[in-house]
Parts: sequence; C-alpha cells; structure tokens
Amino acid sequence: MIKPENLVYSRTKVLTDNIMHYCPGCSHGTVHKLIAEVIDEMGIQDKTIGVSPVGCGVFAYNYIDIDWLEAAHGRAPALATAAKRLNPDKYVFTYQGDGDLASIGTAEIMHACNRGENIVVIFINNAIYGMTGGQMAPTTLIGQVTATTPHGRNVELNGYPLKITELIAQLPGTCYVTRQTVYNPLTVRKTKRAIRKAFENSMLKKGTSFVEVVGTCSSGWKLTPVAANQWMIDNMFPEYPLGDMKDK
Amino acid sequence: MAKIKGTIVVDIEQCKGCGVCVTSCPTKTIALGRDVNGKGYNYMQMVNPESCTGCTNCATVCPDTVITVYRVKVEE
Ligand SMILES: Cc1ncc(C[n+]2csc(CCOP(=O)(O)OP(=O)(O)O)c2C)c(N)n1
Ligand code: SF4
Ligand code: SF4
Ligand code: SF4
Ligand SMILES: [Mg+2]
Repeated sequence: MIKPENLVYSRTKVLTDNIMHYCPGCSHGTVHKLIAEVIDEMGIQDKTIGVSPVGCGVFAYNYIDIDWLEAAHGRAPALATAAKRLNPDKYVFTYQGDGDLASIGTAEIMHACNRGENIVVIFINNAIYGMTGGQMAPTTLIGQVTATTPHGRNVELNGYPLKITELIAQLPGTCYVTRQTVYNPLTVRKTKRAIRKAFENSMLKKGTSFVEVVGTCSSGWKLTPVAANQWMIDNMFPEYPLGDMKDK
Repeated sequence: MAKIKGTIVVDIEQCKGCGVCVTSCPTKTIALGRDVNGKGYNYMQMVNPESCTGCTNCATVCPDTVITVYRVKVEE
C-alpha cells in the first residue's frame, strides 16, 4: 500500500525539515503547517514574505521556507506595511501572539488595520505569554491562573479580557475578520480555508484580513495537550466565540 | 463491494507524543506506545493497523506534521 500512487497526505515541501522547538501539541505548529500548505497550494512560495513576532512564534522563519522579516515585539504590522507597500506583488503576512499583538503591539495592529493595509494578520490567541513562562496576557480569562495571577485573573486588579478581534472588526480598513481554532480535523480544515481566503484577499486591494486562531499553550496552562484542548473548548470558546465577524 | 483501506507512516524520531492525533482517529487505530524515541517521547504507533481507513484526520491535526497517509480501494 505504501506507494506514491496511494499517497493521500504528506508533509508539504514548504515546511523545512527542522524539528519545531514548540512544546508537544502546541497550536503554533498546526498553524505553521496550515500557512505552509496554503502557500504550497497557491504556488506562491517565491512571492510570500512573513513577519515573525516576539513570542514563541519568533522562530517561524526556521520552519516555513519563504522570505521573512523578524520584527521587534509587537511591531510586525509596521514592518508588514513597509514590505507590502514596497512589494505590492508579494503576499505579506504577520504572525503574532496575543502578548505581541494585543499588548505591546496594540497601536501597530490597530493603525495597520485602520489604514487597511493589504496584508494578512495571523493572530494566535492562547490567553498567555507562552514564551516568557506563562504570565497573564490581555486575553487571559477572568479567574485564569498564570504566573502573574497566581490566584486567578481578578477584574478589579487586572481588568477584563481584551476582545481585540471584535475591536478590529469595527475598523473600516479590514475586509475579513474571523476567529477559528485548530483542535480537531474539522476546525483545522476550516482554519486552512480562512487562511487561504485571507491570502487571496491581500491581492484584491480590499484591505486587511485578520485571522485569529484560538490555540492552546499546554506548558503555560500546565495541562497535557489533550486536556488543554478540552480546557480551551470549555473556557476559551464562551469568551472567544468562533466564526466570521466580517467578510466583505 | 469495494472497501477503503489505509495506512500511515510516522516519523518516530520527530513525534512528540502529544496524543492529539489519537483523539482524532475515528477508528481507534493509533495510540501512544510505551516505547520512547531519542527525545524521550512516547511516540504514536498503530495498534490496530487493519482498521485504518486512510481518512487523514491524524495527519491533519498533527502539530509537527510527522504523519504520512496512504489509502487504497480493495475489491472484495
Ligand atoms: C520589548 C520587549 N518587551 C518584552 C519582551 C519579553 N517578551 C518576550 S515574548 C513576550 C510575550 C509573548 O507572548 P505572546 O505574544 O502571547 O506569544 P506566545 O509565546 O504566547 O505565543 C514578552 C513579554 C521582549 N522580548 N521585548
Ligand atoms: S510555551 Fe506554550 S506557546 Fe510556547 S511552545 Fe510551549 S505550548 Fe507553545
Ligand atoms: S488515517 Fe484516519 S483511520 Fe488511519 S490512523 Fe489516521 S485518523 Fe486513524
Ligand atoms: S499528533 Fe503528531 S506529534 Fe503528536 S503524538 Fe500524534 S504523531 Fe506524534
Ligand atoms: Mg500567547
């Protein structure tokens, strides 16, 4: 049975052979795979520029075999703006975590989306600062225990979870704003379709396409990967409901 | 009647034993084994190879993209 003519799924060549440094089960790996598959299927490997963040996704350039820029913390949308304006024939995307995009980089993402830059934003919301050891992020849930909220996030002290994707959907510069996830085959396939649509939009001069992916950080959440998926279903989706917020 | 049969090939040394493929397999074909790879992870193995349908679910969800899937139609 193991013959080329029977092959139905294999690793895309747009992923490098490097073993990802991510923890077992980390959603970053799944989303990297989807971006690479979309680039492969669209035949745009030589026409795509990614901008990687500060956060666990910082080494994305080691895994997806395209041209990359590496931004200072939160500044990926500013670099992507320059890359796209100077290379309008290239597909340009940012890849950002919730600390990167919704905390230190709030100004950059808001203004890039409000200007309607023809870029794609891939936003990985795992409700925590994964890379630095699991501190509270703006997206951390009320009551969620993190390294900096050992008794759970408390509204009086820490404010409310920031639904930044809902804010971004209000901006006239955005054309497509959606929230997806990647915990089972169905949601992985839906997220791939969303990423593909976002990449296609970026050549149609329609404005910014923004794809949030609600993901897990099993190390930061201190759960096994499978338990983290369940925790996400039970706790993250009520606060961050899945689906399209805007598609024009 | 034609029947669909599948099989998978796992890059054992790159598997991190996360188990998300196991919960996505509709036919209970795969499980994390007791053996460990060079990194110390209990890598995923086929425990019921004859039940695989080649549906690609496991490969689709694998964060490290270490699963290759094959499928054939067999006449009975
Ligand atoms: C200017 C600056 N401030 C702070 C840091 C420390 N730092 C590194 S990653 C990070 C947050 C990462 O969280 P997130 O963007 O959610 O990414 P994740 O690791 O969860 O994917 C912070 C605060 C830094 N590297 N640079
Ligand atoms: S710390 Fe969290 S976000 Fe970072 S690689 Fe590990 S699981 Fe992924
Ligand atoms: S291809 Fe489908 S049936 Fe076969 S092991 Fe993977 S998930 Fe299970
Ligand atoms: S999903 Fe991939 S890395 Fe995780 S156990 Fe299965 S084969 Fe291994
Ligand atoms: Mg994060």
